[in-house]
Amino acid sequence: MAALTLREAARRRVLRSLALLTVVLLGLSAWGFSRIEAEFGDFTSGESKVVASVILNLVMFGLSLIAALGSAFLAGPTLAGEAESGVALALLARPVPRFAVLLGKWLGLVGFAGGFVAVAGFAQLLIVYATIGYWPPSPFTGLVFLAAQAVALLTLGLLLSAVISPMASGITAVGLFGATWIAGVVGMVGHSLGNESVARVGTVSRVLLPTDGLWHGAMYALQDATIPAQLGPRFDAPPFLSQTGLTTAYVVWAALWTGLALMLAALAFQRRDL
Amino acid sequence: MTVPASAAVWASGLRKRYRRQVAVDGVSFTVNRGEVLALLGPNGAGKTTVIKMLLGLVRPDAGEIMLLGRPGSEPGARARVGYLPELFRYQPWLTAAEVLALHVRLAGVAVPDAEQRERLGQVGLADRTDDRVGGFSKGMQQRLGLAVALVARPDLVILDEPTSALDPLGRADVRDLVLSLKERGIAVLLNSHLIGEVERVCDRVVILDKGRVAAAGTLAELLGQSELRLRLDDVGPAAQRRLAAAGQVTREGDAYVVGLPADTKPETVPDLVRDLVELGVRVHAVEPGRITLEERLLDILRTGESDGDRR
Repeated sequence: MAALTLREAARRRVLRSLALLTVVLLGLSAWGFSRIEAEFGDFTSGESKVVASVILNLVMFGLSLIAALGSAFLAGPTLAGEAESGVALALLARPVPRFAVLLGKWLGLVGFAGGFVAVAGFAQLLIVYATIGYWPPSPFTGLVFLAAQAVALLTLGLLLSAVISPMASGITAVGLFGATWIAGVVGMVGHSLGNESVARVGTVSRVLLPTDGLWHGAMYALQDATIPAQLGPRFDAPPFLSQTGLTTAYVVWAALWTGLALMLAALAFQRRDL
Repeated sequence: MTVPASAAVWASGLRKRYRRQVAVDGVSFTVNRGEVLALLGPNGAGKTTVIKMLLGLVRPDAGEIMLLGRPGSEPGARARVGYLPELFRYQPWLTAAEVLALHVRLAGVAVPDAEQRERLGQVGLADRTDDRVGGFSKGMQQRLGLAVALVARPDLVILDEPTSALDPLGRADVRDLVLSLKERGIAVLLNSHLIGEVERVCDRVVILDKGRVAAAGTLAELLGQSELRLRLDDVGPAAQRRLAAAGQVTREGDAYVVGLPADTKPETVPDLVRDLVELGVRVHAVEPGRITLEERLLDILRTGESDGDRR
């Protein structure tokens, strides 16, 4: 099933359009980074590190968006679409338990999202290194968190598509993803203002849907290690820099959340009439 | 009721309700091994829902299912079941051969490539094996669906409206296919609107109406009732009584139509004619007629009677 899902992605031109988008984004960032070096050559090393980190994270956000959108829109049609079109009828009449079909689809999507983040993310890091000589402190952790973010979102997409229609599930998943990102920014603003209840918005949303939390973990791993100290708790903390890394408890929660969402999806799919 | 372990399908008391609409209400029937059974009935009678419940695609609210001697709730029970859905769609990004290979893998049987290609040839897709399903017409997709249903060496084949997208030639192909399955001892559960086809290939019929079994039996049992059209003059009361003794009498214009029971003996008709002549009736014409499955079906559905119910 996993292999089938990957083959579906490849044949459905999702992969080609994603590759194109990625190449465009990488190309633009390469050009941008080279301009930074050319036009703002008189930055202090501290300043240029901040700028590099912000822009790297900005581009990475673009990449994570592509990965998230791509996998959410693959996850939607894969269950709900097949159930609606009738493809699932012949498939599920075979002697395979439904959870196995779901798990196969999930593994295929995880492979797809993971592969995309690994290749595109690593290429981006190389570009940054080649143009301005910046290399993040923990690139591996950053990319793993980025992939985990996509996995969390596609699991949500799968859960939604086991319950509602294909387009709606993709849109809802992406909408929730955007909402938590904004809630995360709101939370950061609240944090820097010292407003507890506003800060809690970010915290709560990060617990409910861990994509934004994982994204912050990824940013922290990719930005220069001295940045949080440089910035301090300031009002104008930019949304593309993270103040703190992730706690182990949060990472465990994110994994648990994903597992739980997958289990719920399997349960919903098991009970569904086709 | 004892469970016949050998039956291809054994369904008892199936019930399904969609919100407030009862789709299937206490349906029980059996398909014996090597037997062709047809499900008939008007749209919305619950035929497709019954089929989906057999295959675990729809959860029954109540009832029990055994497929080839195993409980229908186990996925493994479907290992040797082939299915062509009413809504037939196959992965458009795969080729016809890849769709078959996928289903062979999912069924968990080893079927050599040559045999898989043979199945495609059998349904008339021999020259399209390596084409993507996305480019197939509806009729070709239905043919592919037939190949999918047959590819994993099934002991039971469930065909839901197998000819809905096919031309007359395709329909004849499906008829021959079902007959060849019957010859090889493979049980077939057929749901079709085309009564003429059903009449030619099936051993038994279950007629569903409003989610219930309206009638069930072998073709002989359902159609055994034949009729006799008589054009008569000078029919007195005694002759009327004699006619009524032979079967149910109705008047159609100047003709008397006598419905004869299934167990009519060969001498019944000559005896009747002799008696009528002895009673002074002038006999102009005697035409034996046979009720078609279509007439019988319409009769059952219109009157709601279930005297043909011989489960």
